Amino acid sequence: MTELILQTIVNAVYAASYMSLIAVGLVLIFGVMGVINFAHGELYMAGAYTVVALYSLFDWPFFVSVAAGLVFVGVLGLVMEYALFRPLRDNPLGGLIASIGFLLILQTTAVLGFGVRMAFIKPPTQAKIEMFDGVVLTHQRLFVIVAAVVLLTVLYFFLRKTRFGWAMRACAQDKEAAALQGISLNQVSRIAMFIGAALAGVAGALTAPLVSPTPYMGHSVIVTAFIIIIVGGIGQLEGAVAAAILYAFVHTFVTTFYDGVVADIVGLVLMLLVLVIKPTGLFGAKDRA
Amino acid sequence: MPNARTSIWTWAFGLALLAGLLVLPQVLSFSQREIAVLLVINVLLVVSYRLMTLTGEWSLGHVVLMGVGAYASALFSKRLGVPVPVSMLLGAVTAGVAAAALSFPLFRMKGFYFLIGSFAAGEVIRLIWKYFTFPFGGPKGLKLIPGFPDIGPISFFEPEIYYYLCLVVVAISVFILYRIERSRIGLTFHAIHWQDKLAESVGVDTFRYRMLAFVLASFFAGLAGSLYAHYIGTVNPTRFDVEEMVYVLIWAIVGGTATFYGPIVGVVVLTIINDVILRSLGLDEARPMFYGAILIASVLFLPDGLESLVPKFKRMFGSAKSTPDREVAEAREAS
Repeated sequence: MTELILQTIVNAVYAASYMSLIAVGLVLIFGVMGVINFAHGELYMAGAYTVVALYSLFDWPFFVSVAAGLVFVGVLGLVMEYALFRPLRDNPLGGLIASIGFLLILQTTAVLGFGVRMAFIKPPTQAKIEMFDGVVLTHQRLFVIVAAVVLLTVLYFFLRKTRFGWAMRACAQDKEAAALQGISLNQVSRIAMFIGAALAGVAGALTAPLVSPTPYMGHSVIVTAFIIIIVGGIGQLEGAVAAAILYAFVHTFVTTFYDGVVADIVGLVLMLLVLVIKPTGLFGAKDRA
Repeated sequence: MPNARTSIWTWAFGLALLAGLLVLPQVLSFSQREIAVLLVINVLLVVSYRLMTLTGEWSLGHVVLMGVGAYASALFSKRLGVPVPVSMLLGAVTAGVAAAALSFPLFRMKGFYFLIGSFAAGEVIRLIWKYFTFPFGGPKGLKLIPGFPDIGPISFFEPEIYYYLCLVVVAISVFILYRIERSRIGLTFHAIHWQDKLAESVGVDTFRYRMLAFVLASFFAGLAGSLYAHYIGTVNPTRFDVEEMVYVLIWAIVGGTATFYGPIVGVVVLTIINDVILRSLGLDEARPMFYGAILIASVLFLPDGLESLVPKFKRMFGSAKSTPDREVAEAREAS
């Protein structure tokens, strides 16, 4: 029993890692640009399929494929920013609808390119760490955890310590005032969109060997991401990470000890409760200046 | 705001459409008749959705409430042996009751939060269908749902005949929805949308009216669902997932929601393009991509239906405490 619980904790840490990568990207895009990117799950899917294409089909080294996935999905983000969100800047609902359109295009591209069936990827390494009592952490999952910790730490210092980061946070707080200070909204939106999309891309690329990608994998991911950003408080990066950890633990434990569908229901009910009781999120600030 | 001129145009449009619809099955192939049946059902779905949006709230749970009607009607007729016409009505009533129950948590939210909240509530309902094999049949759903009973020699098994049944039911429902929109109640919905504080200050109970819009919209969505269930003969949770909801959203927005006929135009035009033209071109797998492109193009280049949403969505963000746009929106309103 203890080893099952310990194993579940390890699994939850892994789940929290990739979920926070996705949710933080979504929150960053929302915070800076004010649009909810419905296509975020499909950006994750695009990252996974980059690895399917490069690593599985063309035999590129795994980490080179992951890096390519990061860049490719980041560029997809730039395309979205330039073609969709910039013309629709003053129309957040329009941005939402346009991102649904983009989602359908990405999904169909994956279906046409790779078929609707699951793509199986041979993991680059079968190595695993045996912890006490037979608790196992595969290297593949460790990569995801390490990547999440490193990338989110870098992002944190980027936002806190660099001029770009300050500019981005200024935009998130007040676009007009930021623009009056000489901050380029286009520039900041570009960077936010690139980082947000690239984080989803990395999550997809790294988890691709673990989850067997399908063109429709984005759906459950976006639902999870929504729950996390609502629970964490919309526009709160730290809240998103905390909520991702909370959600991952709740979801993984309920899945292990009861049932996957029950876990989904628990997650959604958690989100509804937060919406009804404290819409600013469990970790949200009372009032943003 | 309604005025005499749009009223005449709407009537003319409605009558022309009805005349065209009456002769339609005679000129269609068998598979196209099937599409026509679903199209008529979808018209009711999207028109009832518009009633909901009159109050300014955009729900992502509408298709799930259609599913509530479908499931309820199927269960009443299959497990309890209720005659199908009665169970259809009961299905619609069940969807209305479900909406009434959901409005207590949901209408504590507004705008964007309502959008997400309705989505979550819908997903919970859908997962409940998926989880409980009894009575909902689990992920595979319900099969062998009894069809509409024959009346004398008329067999509703034929798509052509079922099409006329749907047409009658939907025409009556759409007429009722139209009258509701033009009635005092409909004007109150408009008032709540554009000036909810003012409406409240002159004594309108905005919660009650929001709930009423939600219940009425869900009743008719449930009716559409029961028409669907007894035609197809099977329902499952996947049929009512968020992807189907996205299609309703597309129909409404591409058609434009500023007018009563906008969403109808949207669903008819897009279904014809999608199910008749693209299918005959053999672009089956690429169809969602086409939908996506249409959606983006209509948002970017045809903001007719959308222009009315901009101030509303701004107010949505104005009502949310933690959003950065709040000050901007307020500043704009003040200037």
